[in-house]
Amino acid sequence: MRKDLLGIADLTPEEIYRVLDTADAMREIGEREIKKVPTLRGKTVVNLFYEPSTRTRTSFEIAEKRLSADTLNIAVAASSVLKGETLSDTAMNIEAMAPDIIVIRHASSGACHLLSRICKSRIINAGDGMHEHPTQALLDAFTIRQHKKRIEGLKVVIVGDLLHSRVLRSNVLLLTMLGADVCVSGPPTLIPKGIERLGVSVKTDVDAAVRDADVIMMLRIQQERMQGAFFPSLREYFNVFGMTAARVRRAKPDVIIMHPGPMNRGVEIASDVADGPYSVILEQVANGVAVRMAVLYLLAGGVEDEAAA
Amino acid sequence: MPVVMDADRMGRTLTRIAHEIVERNRGVEELALVGIRTAGVPLAVRIARSLAEITHQEVLTGALDITLYRDDLGRHAVGKKPVVRSTDIPFSIDDKRILLVDDVLFTGRTIRAALDALIEFGRPKAIQLVVMVDRGHRELPIKADYVGKNLPTSLSQSVKVHLMEVDGRDEVEIEG
Repeated sequence: MRKDLLGIADLTPEEIYRVLDTADAMREIGEREIKKVPTLRGKTVVNLFYEPSTRTRTSFEIAEKRLSADTLNIAVAASSVLKGETLSDTAMNIEAMAPDIIVIRHASSGACHLLSRICKSRIINAGDGMHEHPTQALLDAFTIRQHKKRIEGLKVVIVGDLLHSRVLRSNVLLLTMLGADVCVSGPPTLIPKGIERLGVSVKTDVDAAVRDADVIMMLRIQQERMQGAFFPSLREYFNVFGMTAARVRRAKPDVIIMHPGPMNRGVEIASDVADGPYSVILEQVANGVAVRMAVLYLLAGGVEDEAAA
Repeated sequence: MPVVMDADRMGRTLTRIAHEIVERNRGVEELALVGIRTAGVPLAVRIARSLAEITHQEVLTGALDITLYRDDLGRHAVGKKPVVRSTDIPFSIDDKRILLVDDVLFTGRTIRAALDALIEFGRPKAIQLVVMVDRGHRELPIKADYVGKNLPTSLSQSVKVHLMEVDGRDEVEIEG
């Protein structure tokens, strides 16, 4: 595999399937009594988070620990960034302490690409601004494949705040690359211009969009990124675009409902749908650990000769 | 490529190993088989079948992937990563006599990794090693308990155990 994981856009279908197949094997480790293998012993992983995150940071940290890496977390709220240090200075200082892998989340799109240029360490993008969130897309694909046994030919509908979502971009790139039929839906003010060019269909009528869907993926309304009024009220948003049991019934009888979290219950998704029988939201969280273990394994040092053991 | 064992010979060898296992353990009461992926797994299944024919008792069988325990993973900055396959041991190994099964015993490094991997699952009463071929050149102090065939080789040669389940034929070949 390549040096860094910056985005789905850099990957080939073979590399994506390699991650999913490896994650299949990693899942079993989480079911053991001793949930640890020695694979990354002596490797140092720095989790550098410039944005608040519970799920992704915890998931990476658990994955790193299950592979026996030494991990340290830098939460920016308590770091020298507050004293005015630039991202590249912070990166070079961390780099000077010779970590093997840096996992970075940043509010600016492309922050991980900057790190990739200046660091010898391997860089994993844990979300950069509105650009990409590759490990989320990989764990979503893993969860879909677990339930549907394939990705090619599935009808996947993605509903919500398409404009501010890095999860959307990574998922669209991955799902279209693997041959899924992707439809996106949301209020016109939250649909980025030219999104059709990514090979998806756009429907502003969510009832029409979810018809016969195999997978419904909900996106969070990202109020922290919204400056201005994109829709009249949260209540109206729920009425027009919220995923309710009535809307779910328009999809295929074996539809799965996904959400990358954190959920706004009663805004983009009704509580009875989030907790209902079609929801795989907590499975996504569980699979996140296995997928991140796979990515860490595949990026950390390799062997040259397959037969050497 | 010289064939050193054909299908008949391999079949008889596995039956002989099964008899040795029964003799040495005085039955199959506490035994369980664990095959090392990939070739060790079908071999373990075949030995289980032979044991069942001899004793009319079923012996538990599992599969172990040792990739994450290899000692050469971090040795090169960039390179091909070995494929990780799943480990599947659907029983407790505590207080069992585990028969670890592999196709070829060479440097001993795979077995070292397998012992480390296995011990994370519990505390077996004993672990015994079964291999189809022992080709020598050990780099670690490891010895097999049951050997299908001792095969003197040079380091430049390679030994391939072909199995019906994987390659559609039973054969042991030396290459090089």
